Amino acid sequence: MYRIDDLIPFLVNELFDFRCSLCSFLCAFVQGNALKAMSTTTNVSRFEQVTMAPADPILGVSEAFKRDESEKKLNLGVGAYRTEDLQPMVLEVVKKAERKMLESGENKEYLPIEGLAAFNKATAELLLGADNAAIKENRVATIQGLSGTGSLRLGAAFIQRYFPGTTVYISNPTWGNHMNIFNDAGVPWKHYRYFDPKTVGLDFEGMMADIENAPDGSIMLLHGCAHNPTGVDPTPEQWEKIADLIEKKNHMAFFDVAYQGFASGSLDQDASSVRRFVERGMEVLVAQSYSKNLGLYAERIGAINAVVSSADAAARVRSQLKRIARPMYSNPPCHGARIVANVVGDAKMFDEWRAEMQEMAGRIKTVRQRLFDELSSKDKSGKDWSFVLKQIGMFSFTGLNKAQSDNMTNKWHIYMTKDGRISLAGLNLAKCEYLADAIIDSYYNVQ
Amino acid sequence: MSAQDRRIATLAGHFRGAPAGEEGLLHAFPTMANSQSVFEHVQQAPEDPILGVTVAFNKDPSPLKVNLGVGAYRTEEGKPLVLDVVRKAEQQLVADRSRNKEYQPITGIAQFNKLSAKLILGANSPAIAENRVATVQVLSGTGALRVGAEFISRHYAKPIVFLPNPTWGNHNKIFPLGGVPQKPYRYYDPNTRGLDYQGMIEDLKAAPDGAVILLHACAHNPTGVDPTEEQWEGIRKVIRSKQQLPFFDCAYQGFASGSLDKDAYAVRTFVADGGECFIAQSYAKNMGLYGERVGALSVVCKSAPVASRVDSQLKMVIRPMYSSPPAHGAAIAATILADGRLFQEWTVELKAMADRIISMRHQLYDALKARGTPGDWTHVLKQIGMFTFTGLNKEQVQFMTREYHIYMTSDGRISMAGLSSRTVPHLADAIHAAVIGAQRKA
Repeated sequence: MYRIDDLIPFLVNELFDFRCSLCSFLCAFVQGNALKAMSTTTNVSRFEQVTMAPADPILGVSEAFKRDESEKKLNLGVGAYRTEDLQPMVLEVVKKAERKMLESGENKEYLPIEGLAAFNKATAELLLGADNAAIKENRVATIQGLSGTGSLRLGAAFIQRYFPGTTVYISNPTWGNHMNIFNDAGVPWKHYRYFDPKTVGLDFEGMMADIENAPDGSIMLLHGCAHNPTGVDPTPEQWEKIADLIEKKNHMAFFDVAYQGFASGSLDQDASSVRRFVERGMEVLVAQSYSKNLGLYAERIGAINAVVSSADAAARVRSQLKRIARPMYSNPPCHGARIVANVVGDAKMFDEWRAEMQEMAGRIKTVRQRLFDELSSKDKSGKDWSFVLKQIGMFSFTGLNKAQSDNMTNKWHIYMTKDGRISLAGLNLAKCEYLADAIIDSYYNVQ
Repeated sequence: MSAQDRRIATLAGHFRGAPAGEEGLLHAFPTMANSQSVFEHVQQAPEDPILGVTVAFNKDPSPLKVNLGVGAYRTEEGKPLVLDVVRKAEQQLVADRSRNKEYQPITGIAQFNKLSAKLILGANSPAIAENRVATVQVLSGTGALRVGAEFISRHYAKPIVFLPNPTWGNHNKIFPLGGVPQKPYRYYDPNTRGLDYQGMIEDLKAAPDGAVILLHACAHNPTGVDPTEEQWEGIRKVIRSKQQLPFFDCAYQGFASGSLDKDAYAVRTFVADGGECFIAQSYAKNMGLYGERVGALSVVCKSAPVASRVDSQLKMVIRPMYSSPPAHGAAIAATILADGRLFQEWTVELKAMADRIISMRHQLYDALKARGTPGDWTHVLKQIGMFTFTGLNKEQVQFMTREYHIYMTSDGRISMAGLSSRTVPHLADAIHAAVIGAQRKA
């Protein structure tokens, strides 16, 4: 559907290019007037017709939270980890790495387009395992990207160029920005069923049916672990069946791995879905982010990986990914990449990282338990709240609808996204009771 | 069923179940390792022409090699330089326990944005006072140009850009990929090795009303040829008379002449006339923050409400590209810009870099004159900024690389920042030999 202010630039463009002699006079007239309307020597801007864009649904939540003056307010919007005191946290191991980097006096030269070599090596090994055959055989093309978003965008742009017309299938629901990324990259997408509101769990039959019905050779966007926003992950048995079907249909899996180590506390366990596919010899794309698991949100550090069946093709894929990055930002930022490389490259720091990651994952499991306990004890109706325990990772899909989520905010000053998602990383034990009261009130008293 | 059996079964399935006419054809995504890759059709991309020079340089084992390719400053010792003021700012930041690594807003650090606009437009700019400038933090100059191009392709009535000929190679890729097709306007005159002012004015007049005109704010890359103040005025008049949209690429403020204000002259005269423009700013060179990817995109608008709406739409471009920009480098820049003493120290270090480059120009010119190298080499002195457009052709460049291990881009551009007193004689020898060799061939 087009709005009139979208059409005006389109029409003006068309008229500029229209060469019909009969209409050239008209064109010049309209052209002159259109431009005059846009930008005269007086006050009209050439961007007058630009409309105010809506606030980002996720990031806009934090902005609204900041404006709220209530003491009771709670920010369960964006997925950024908070300590038990609800403070942002910089990992100790990150502070160590930064001090070390400062002392070693490294320079700030441009990284290669593909990013820091030490980082690329470390990130592929973290994902696939240091002894992975595909890595040893040089069949993994890794490019440092701007966290998860940037890495997904590189992958999407690559798909647009090399698999034109191929549709990417995305879970319903999914992280809101997935659709924006593929839209802006010019890649068509469709949903596959994923969340079952009745069970507050995985609609496995629906998911499998939609994968089956997609045309052969489609691309399936899968969350490696800790599905965002639902927290609902397939079981290992279900993953095996999903892999079977994807292989049968000659689809390609594109994994979004934003929570490796953060979901269960174990880096290896959280990578098991990706590793399963790669074990089976399937070619995959994988986007990685270090925003959550190393708390490097602001430094924008991640990677796009292509696991390819031949070293030669992998080298070519790497070269073409570079070609996409160069006209976007030339080369990636060095700071975050160096932090990761330092942490992973030093055995002691790596162990410290693992311990801090387990602590973060552990705290989230603890608040899940407390929230579940509060909900179960306060809600006398016998509703099964155990999905709070079963869901994995930073987020919980409460099952609240938009009106109910609005009630959470308007009445209880609890900030969350309108799809009913809460970030448990923003919750502490002290607030669990209050949150339980709010959820029960919203669930039962608001339609 | 083992993985191997599964793979064979899948393969067999293709042949068994294939509809008529498709026997033997594998579908788009055979997923067996050892079979053909789904990426088989992907061809090897050529090395980036500019960054690829450094790749080739690194491979060369010769002790005589000199890298005059990419525009990264080098000290007299040939080493990369981190400014003292940058180190100081960084130490402050790392030691500051109140700092965290939370997601930045989509448009980056607000203080950085304000100070960047102030830096290029001047502290007393009415455009800033009237809230008419939308500024977003981006990934250095490239990021600013790409975000600007994407915005223009979506929201501007005449999304076509005119680029000077020649221009930085990446311009030709950024704009089209951002949705804005490009055309050249005449700029460099190889006969005078200066500005083809007449040609430029003619081409601007011939360009459509409303078209986007890319202008290098100072220290044109690759030629080093900048318009004079009078010429800038002529250019401004034509652009405004045709309601064209200037898009300034400002990568060398302070680096060109040594003075931040002097280098902002062209941008400021355009903004002073009340008109609109885009400005891409990079801190890669002037703060030496290359790898941190620090830059800003400013859109100077006619009114505050428009600027506000433009800002909101810039966010819509950025969010699906990388969500929000990297914090570290911009925090360093903001620290320097905000602190009077650090700012002052910065201007001193900046001038020292600019002065060293000017000194290299003189040394190279003198060395060529001393060798009696044929030709007029005054352009080495006249050209401004980091680069010299030598006028050497592709064959001569290849010769210099092969015989003298001089690494530079094939358009004859050399980065003066990569020269030192020690390497100037070697470069002069190489140029001399290349020119004499060409004369012999002619």
